This record gives sequence, structure tokens and C-alpha cells, in this order.
Amino acid sequence: MCRIGCIKSLDPFHPRFALNLMLPQQKGHDNSGFALVMKDLSGIFEPYKKYPILSYSSTAKGRDIIEAYMLDRGFGRPVFQWKPKTKIFTDQFDFEKMDYYGFEAFALPVITQGTTEEEKGEFLLNTHLELREILEETGDGYIFSFWPDTLTLKEIGNPNHIGDYFNLWEENEAILAKNIMVQYRQNTNYDIVRYAAHPFFLQGYTLCANGENTNYVKNKEAQQNLHRGYIGFESDSQCFLYTLHYTHHQLKWPLSYYKHVITPLPFDEMESHPNKALLLKLRESLTHLEINGPNTIIGLLPDNTLFTTCDSKKLRPVVIGTDGRMVGITSEVPGLNMILPHRNAENDIYPNERETVVIGNDLRIERWKQQ
Amino acid sequence: METTVNINDITENDLNWKIDYDADRCTRCGRCIATCTFAALEMNVERHAFTVSEDKTPEPKRLFSTLPVVSQVATLKDHCVGCGMCEKVCPNTAIRPVRNHETREPLLNHPGGSPIKRGGRTNVSVERTLDKIKVGRISQMTDPSLDAQRHTFDVLSPLGRVLSPTEIPIKIENNELNISGKMPPVHWIYPIIFGDMSIGALSTRAWEAVAIATAVLNEKYNMPIRMASGEGGMPVKLMKSKYLKYMILQVASGHFGWNRIIKAMPEMIEDPAGILIKIGQGAKPGDGGLLMAAKVAKHIQEIRGVPKSDLLSPPNHQGLYSIEESVQKMFLSFNAAFKFKVPVAIKVAASSSSVSVYNNLLRDPYHIVGGFFMDGIQGGTGAAMEISLDHTGHPIVSKTRDAYLAAVKQGMQGRIPLWAGGGMGMTGSLAADAFKMICLGANGVFAGKIIIQLLGCIGNDQGRCNQCNTGLCPTGITTQDYRLVKRLDIDKAAETLVNYMLSVDTEFRKLMAPIGNSSLPVGRSDALVSVDKDMADKLQIPYVC
Ligand code: SF4
Ligand code: SF4
Repeated sequence: MCRIGCIKSLDPFHPRFALNLMLPQQKGHDNSGFALVMKDLSGIFEPYKKYPILSYSSTAKGRDIIEAYMLDRGFGRPVFQWKPKTKIFTDQFDFEKMDYYGFEAFALPVITQGTTEEEKGEFLLNTHLELREILEETGDGYIFSFWPDTLTLKEIGNPNHIGDYFNLWEENEAILAKNIMVQYRQNTNYDIVRYAAHPFFLQGYTLCANGENTNYVKNKEAQQNLHRGYIGFESDSQCFLYTLHYTHHQLKWPLSYYKHVITPLPFDEMESHPNKALLLKLRESLTHLEINGPNTIIGLLPDNTLFTTCDSKKLRPVVIGTDGRMVGITSEVPGLNMILPHRNAENDIYPNERETVVIGNDLRIERWKQQ
Repeated sequence: METTVNINDITENDLNWKIDYDADRCTRCGRCIATCTFAALEMNVERHAFTVSEDKTPEPKRLFSTLPVVSQVATLKDHCVGCGMCEKVCPNTAIRPVRNHETREPLLNHPGGSPIKRGGRTNVSVERTLDKIKVGRISQMTDPSLDAQRHTFDVLSPLGRVLSPTEIPIKIENNELNISGKMPPVHWIYPIIFGDMSIGALSTRAWEAVAIATAVLNEKYNMPIRMASGEGGMPVKLMKSKYLKYMILQVASGHFGWNRIIKAMPEMIEDPAGILIKIGQGAKPGDGGLLMAAKVAKHIQEIRGVPKSDLLSPPNHQGLYSIEESVQKMFLSFNAAFKFKVPVAIKVAASSSSVSVYNNLLRDPYHIVGGFFMDGIQGGTGAAMEISLDHTGHPIVSKTRDAYLAAVKQGMQGRIPLWAGGGMGMTGSLAADAFKMICLGANGVFAGKIIIQLLGCIGNDQGRCNQCNTGLCPTGITTQDYRLVKRLDIDKAAETLVNYMLSVDTEFRKLMAPIGNSSLPVGRSDALVSVDKDMADKLQIPYVC
């Protein structure tokens, strides 16, 4: 089971918190990957919050391809780029290092002037998808996100070593964010690719999940025709992100309906529901997007609202804790103890199978019952 | 050498079945002869020789006596069909039918140049695809399987046109969704429908037994099973009762019985569960319906509003010359007839072209096609020519998969629920067959022949009986002869059917639990594997050995 987590804070914090959240949860032998997505950045990215940041890893050739493409598409050269101060790579590091790790902020091309935010979002996605496709042809790189105020790092290998190599254990003021979603992969499948590592990202939505998606085939077959951005499917958990994006972004349904789509109430329970007709229609219509566990899902919306929910059997653990200035959601409680040792653990929330726990940017925690 | 034999005479060894009779055990009670509806037995006399010695020293004498015996009628008209009724009634185990592998009957039995007609389904045995598919994905460590006994399972399937989320009239107000317009009716029902066998094809009593079982399963066991009426209507009393809601009314090309249905409409207190427009039938694709005059008894004439004669439904619905036509005319009129409150579905024989038809219907802009029923080659029928039964039709498994994948390609899976039939439960397990079909993409299945087998039909797919067209059904199931109908204990028959369905329901859960699904795994082909490479490739599931 992958260990997953997300930290949301009133004050910008360093990714070492995310590593600390994960560290005590590490078990098993595999450690096949590590990934984090940072949103609402501070530090060196503070002046560039409006600019989309391209997060990628590539070969030297891949980097040239990206550079040429971005120039060609009118983005010009990056207005800013972060070059992580890495350690010298040695055999000690148990992961597959790429030549380049890019975190580059771009100004939008002139053709996007006068367009709406929504249109800009579509444009950024097109750029992301095209770049990904070009790099896939030769296998020269991976695009993880291309979105304002968002930074993604993904690597395959021992998560501690990856953190070490990127100096993520050492706190500093350069790389900070108010939201960091993170995953230590404990996959039993050795044959994985970088895209398969959560969190996944699409147009401001980011999500990680654990457990197998037993409805993967159904979900995938339904999603691949729903939207041009629903691609890859390297991990069965991407389906959860696509359904979130579809219901919230495409259909514009309130977040509370995500739960009704992925884990609809049993028919018996719907019978007595005041809005039975609607729930039945949603279930009918979106039955191929249902999930059947065992999964915990942690998601961040484009406005950085954080939430967690799970499958209807509640077969994966998750806990939420807070000290008032920082909230942590993670698979197992030792992670919270590490980053929030002083919190009152009696107030920790262990949500049930019919709940969505939602945390706003003011850190107010709401527990929505699916009923 | 003399000319002792006229080889063109028909004798027992020319027929499909031979009677194995033991004169020593037989007490001449005559029950077998009275029982045989096919007049295939008669009383006869045989000259028996035996040798005795009555003196103290051996003094053998040859004596002759004349014995009454039961013997087989060796004609092509009154031939034994292997139904085994004689064996069933014989108190002394003195008689039984035996299959004759050297039979010449199929070659010879064409009186007046007529092809062989019969009921049942194809007798050309082929290995069944469904038996080569296993549920191979078992949830274990990473995805614990469920407890089949205690977990709540949603074993329901849709009948009716399902809209895409953008087609549902939804208003978003105060962070809440609400329905703001009309939509096509959709009913969630049990994923197995009792397939359309008409009163007429079935005896009234047999039909009633199925209807009783349907009502009991619904009312007592909360299993929303639906029964399709078959062509020819149904008793007015039932149409005016609350049980109509469990019935799917069929309209076929003959439109038999619809007069009475239309007349009963104003007095219906419930809507029927659905309307099924029958275009074709898997057992005899391209053929219309056929009810032989022998079965058109008085009450059948009344229900259907016809005189006593062979009743033929044309192979085509008149005035239906294209898919668009069928959508616009038939669907619209039947939808309108029930005020758009009853799902209207279509039943076709599976064929090479069914996927195109399905594709076309999926794009129906009126949202009035509420189900696509495909009937495969293993489907049964009350009467057809053997040539049709044995040699026409299309296997259902790959066709269902093709139709599902075609819908997937359009992003429209589930919009028109797919119901598959034709040999479901043929080798005994309806639950396993239905489950596998569902994983391959069907929303549910419909079953007919296994239902009458549960009522008591002894016919099988190796040529046993299959006389459903003759009006002589030895089990009283497909006959209108009241003496034969009396053989059927309808309460027992209904009880057997109910018990079987209850066990199917438990078995369903037993299959859903290990794959970790609490609702039906429609399209979960990843749960299946095949032990046959070609089948696996065709169905796009893993091959295993
Ligand atoms: S098996 Fe049936 S048809 Fe044959 S003799 Fe016996 S009762 Fe008659
Ligand atoms: S027993 Fe009746 S229903 Fe069954 S095959 Fe024979 S004639 Fe047909």
C-alpha cells in the first residue's frame, strides 16, 4: 500500500515536513518511488505566482526538445527557473537519476492575451499534452505539471535517497508552499514508470490515492472518451483524478457530488433519500465511474481546497490532525505525530466510508456526510 | 440367399430412439402406453419359445406360447422421442428409451417433402465459450475480497434509456443539484429476465407457474425479477392486476394480442415493467414466429383474437425498413402509448450486423430506445425448422462483447442497456453464465429454456424430446391439451423455479465477493480469464493455462 499524505498550512513550509510526514510510515522493501506536488508557493517562486511552471525531468536531448518547443509555441525562455542544489550523484543513491530536473516558469505567449482564465487553462493543458507526446516518442522526458503556482517532483527509487539527493531534508527559505501533497510509493509492481507515481495533476487538480482501483478497466474505458486530458492510465489511481476533474471541472458539479459519483449510495439507502430521483440518475449515468475500493483518496482543487474521501468499504486507513495552523492528512498516525507532535491527538479525525472531509484555505475542517 | 428383407421398411433401428423393454419384468399394467403422448408404444403379441423337461430323466420338449408385450411403433410418424415418460411411470423398471446412434431418421423423416420441425434449441453441440471462461481475478492481499454472506450487494441492472450526465436536465442551485426536467424512464431490475415465452407456446398453466414464481420472488424475496410475456398478450385479469408491474409486454411482427392489451390499458392500475419489440429471435434468426394449429386451443384463440390455424408472425415488422424507421415509428408509438413512463426495448437475433444496429440506436436523438436485447444461436424456440435451429444464428458471447466495446469506442457504454440471451444456464449454472456475460459488458441476461427445464421439461440439446411444436408435450409445458397440462403441478414447478433463483442470487454474491465488487461488475473484463487462446484474443481477456 502506498503511503500518501498532504499538508496544508496557514504559513508556507518546507518540503522536509512532507518527508517527515512519510518517513515513519515507511514499511516493506520496495520503495519504488517518491513524488510531491507543491501548490501556493513562496520563497524564490513568490514573484512568479502568476506564471505557469513547467515541472519535468528529462535527458539532455529532452531538455533541448522542450526548449525548442516552448520557443516555437511563443513562450520564449523561462522567466525564472529553479535549479535544485543537488548532491553529487553516486552509487549510494538508490534511484534512477535523470539528466535534468526542470522547474521553469514561463510567461504566457501573446496569443493568450485577452483570453479568459478558462481558455488559458485549456491552452496550458494543450501545451502540456503536446509536450508530453513529443517526449514520449523518443522517451526523452516526462512532463509532470504545467500550471501556475505549482511544482511537481517525481522519481522512481528509494524515497529517502531521492529526498537526500535533492537536499529536501534541509530546511531553507527558498522552496516553500502552503500545500504539499506527497507519496512514498510501496508498490509491489517493480515495472513502473514515472507517470505512475502519484500525486497526479490536471489543470490545477491534484490527487493521490492508495490501494488498487478494482474498477480500473471500467473507469478507464469510460474516461478515455470523456476528455483529451484523460490519458496515460499508467496507474489505476489516475482514474480518481479524472473523475474528480470531470465532475468538478467539466460538469461543474459541487465537490460533494464527487462522492455520490464514485461511491453511490446503495439502492436501498437511496430509496429513503429526499433527492432519490437525482441520485438514481447520477448513479445510472455515471455507473462506469464508480469505484469499488479499496482506496483512500486525497485531493486538492485548483483553489487549494483540500479533501479526503474513501471507497464505500473503507478498506484503507487515513487520519486527519491539526494544531490550528497546519493540517495533515495521511495514511497512518505516526506521520502526523512526526510533524504535529504538539497537537491534541484526541481531536484527530478518522473519517468513515460515507464522509468527505474538506479543509478550506482558512484550515476550517468540515465533515460532509454522504446522505 | 433369399430376399428376406425389404430395406425400405422402417424398423426400430432406423429411428432416433429405441425402446429397451424387459418382458420378464413387465406386468402389463399398460401405464407406459397410456403415458406416451407420441403413440410410440403399443401392445403387441410375441411368440415365445421355451424348452422344458418334465420327466425324471431329461426329456426336453420345445413349447411355444403367445405373450402380450409392449413394443415400439416403428413408423416415422409415431416415433419415440426419448422423453422417458414410460420409464418414469413404469413401476417395474421394465422399459426405457435408448439413444440410437445409428439412426437414419433425420434422412428419412420428410413426409410430403416437409422439412423437420421441432422445438428446443440447436442440437449441434459445440463447446461452450462460457465454460472456457473462468473468474480468474481473485481479490486477496491488496484488495480484500468481500464476505458473501454479510456484505450488502447491489444486484440490479437498468432497463431504460440512460442519459449521459450532460443530457440529464440538472439545475445547480445553492451548491445543490436538482432535476429540472423530464427524462426517459429507467427501472432497476434483477439482472436475469425470464425470457419471452408466450402463452400459446407455453401452456397457460406453465406460463402461470413462471408468473407465480415471478410474483413470489418479487413480493416475498424482494428480488425484482421481470418476466417477458412473449408474443400474443396475456390474460386480461393479470393486465388489470398489480402484478402487471413485473411483466414486460412483448410486441412481435404478428402483433398478436395487442388488441386486448390496448383495450385493457384504461383499466391498468400499474404500468408494465417494459415493452419489448421483438425483431428477431436467436434460435431461428430471419424467421417469424410460428404457433402450430395443434396448439391453438380455444383460450389461445381468445387471447390472441384468431381462428384455429397455424399462426405465423412475419419475419419482418411491416412498414419497418430501416433502423431510423424503427426508432421513429415503433419506439415513439409505444413510448407514447404508455405516456413515456415505460421503457421500450428491442430484441434482435445476434448476427454479424447487430453491432451496427446497436451503434445506430445508440445515437438515437430521442432517447427512446430503452434496451438492446440480443439473442444468440443457443436460444430456444417453441417451433422452427430444424435447419434453422441447427444452422442459423450467431453465438452470443463475442457478439455481446463486440457490442459493448463498440459502445465503449463511442463513449456510450451503458446508455442503452445491453441484455444478452441464448443458452444462458445451458450447462446448469445461470449465475455463472450471467456473471461472465456481465463482466464482458452485458447489463443483464434473459433466460428461457432453463426456466422451462426447471418447470419440468425433459428436453435437451442432444435431441431428447424437442417436440414443443407438436402440442404433445409430455410434461404439459408446451401443449394446450388439458389432459397433458394436468401433468404439471404448477405450485411445485413455481417452487422449483423460485428455489433455483434464490440459489442463483446467493451464487451471484459468491462470485461478486472474490472480485471485491459490491455492485454488478458490468464491463469488468479484467475479472475474467480464458483457457482458450483464440477466445481470449477475441474477447480481449487474458489467456491462461
Ligand atoms: S420415451 Fe417417451 S416417446 Fe418414447 S416410448 Fe417412452 S413415453 Fe413414448
Ligand atoms: S418436454 Fe415439452 S417443453 Fe420439453 S422439450 Fe419436450 S415438448 Fe418441449
